Amino acid sequence: MSSIYEQLGGAPAMDAAVDIFYRKVLADERIAHFFEGVDMEKQAAKQKAFLTMALGGPNNYTGQDMRRAHAHLVQRGLNESHFNAVMENLGATLMELGVPPELIAKAAEVALSTKNDVLAG
Amino acid sequence: MASIEFEGKRFASFDAETVLDTLLRGGAAIPNACRAGACQACLLRASTGSVPAEARLGLHPALAGQGYFLSCQWKPQEDIVIASAGALDREASILTLQKLSPTVLRVRLRVESEFSFRAGQYLTLIRHDGLARPYSIASLPESGMLELHVRRIPEGRLSGWLFDEASEGGRVRVRGPAGNCFYLPGNPDQPLLLAGTGTGLAPLYGIVQDALRQGHRGGIVLYHGALNDEGLYMREELQALAAAEGSFRYEPVVLEGSAARTGRLEQVIAADHPKLAGWRAFLCGDPAIVAALKKKVFLSGMPLREIYSDPFLPAPCN
Repeated sequence: MSSIYEQLGGAPAMDAAVDIFYRKVLADERIAHFFEGVDMEKQAAKQKAFLTMALGGPNNYTGQDMRRAHAHLVQRGLNESHFNAVMENLGATLMELGVPPELIAKAAEVALSTKNDVLAG
Repeated sequence: MASIEFEGKRFASFDAETVLDTLLRGGAAIPNACRAGACQACLLRASTGSVPAEARLGLHPALAGQGYFLSCQWKPQEDIVIASAGALDREASILTLQKLSPTVLRVRLRVESEFSFRAGQYLTLIRHDGLARPYSIASLPESGMLELHVRRIPEGRLSGWLFDEASEGGRVRVRGPAGNCFYLPGNPDQPLLLAGTGTGLAPLYGIVQDALRQGHRGGIVLYHGALNDEGLYMREELQALAAAEGSFRYEPVVLEGSAARTGRLEQVIAADHPKLAGWRAFLCGDPAIVAALKKKVFLSGMPLREIYSDPFLPAPCN
């Protein structure tokens, strides 16, 4: 069976997905402050890699990367409530893209598997 | 510690020191400005050694392929031999110097050999002694000259020289162009939003003229922000252009003053255009304002790939 990534249209579809997802994250008061002053293109590239992984596309993410990338945010107070807010935005993004609920659940499961590394600090 | 050979001299680098810093410390005159890998003023050419990707970022592939690199971005671990990028320089003469406001000078140059560019790109202007600064191009290639808008920077060495000492007929060199903030044909009905502060107007004015010349049919709106009315240079010229071109609208905005709309640029734009899906934006000028504008237009529904920006990075004092 093909991955959600392939069903959505692969890499080009990820650009559209990142636009929706990143916009939701920036507009979310619970987590927007973690994105102040970051380079938007670089951030979008990271989100594209994250969405590609969560949707079963090609990726070379490791737990080590996740820990290193988020350590400075954990120092600034990143915790489980923020992680859950991102998960919500991911779900809403996939809903907007018309992904069926059972496939959203699958993507959420993959994203959830990164939680311990993201919050490890 | 690596050894750098430049114009027959050897320079010993410190650990984690950039090529530019090593050469400057050793007394070499290397043009440089932003020192952040953006302006390309510090370009040099490697004869040996493998240039890391970060020192080629944003360079035209033809330049990167010939060994050119950004000397402020390479911290060599190995001994290297490098040369100046002087072969890329073009001789130019100053045609006119005209004050557009107390702090903005319109500098028109004639380049004496082939220099192809797109309005909105930037070049490095180099004085006889090597002092260099990046400026955006406000004119079209067809005009046969280069128009730059130079803001007088307090204590600024190159802008001060242009304002107070340079004269018409004087000679300078230019190198470039660089940057991807320019009009691309192919979507003539797309509405265009251009916004910037200060001399961020220079590339935006170039892009407006380029879009009109290429027959752009969609609406074009230009927001120019300034602290007060005095900062709104070229106002009459832009109002005349708006009167002559039905598809072009000019919106001057000031933080304090009476003659134009007042408020923060990104807030005025958000109030006028709550939805920007389907638009393309060009954002130039003060880096903090460009960042705020970028975020605002993105949140209003514009895809990131439709947002072209050129933040003007300051040159560190030295």
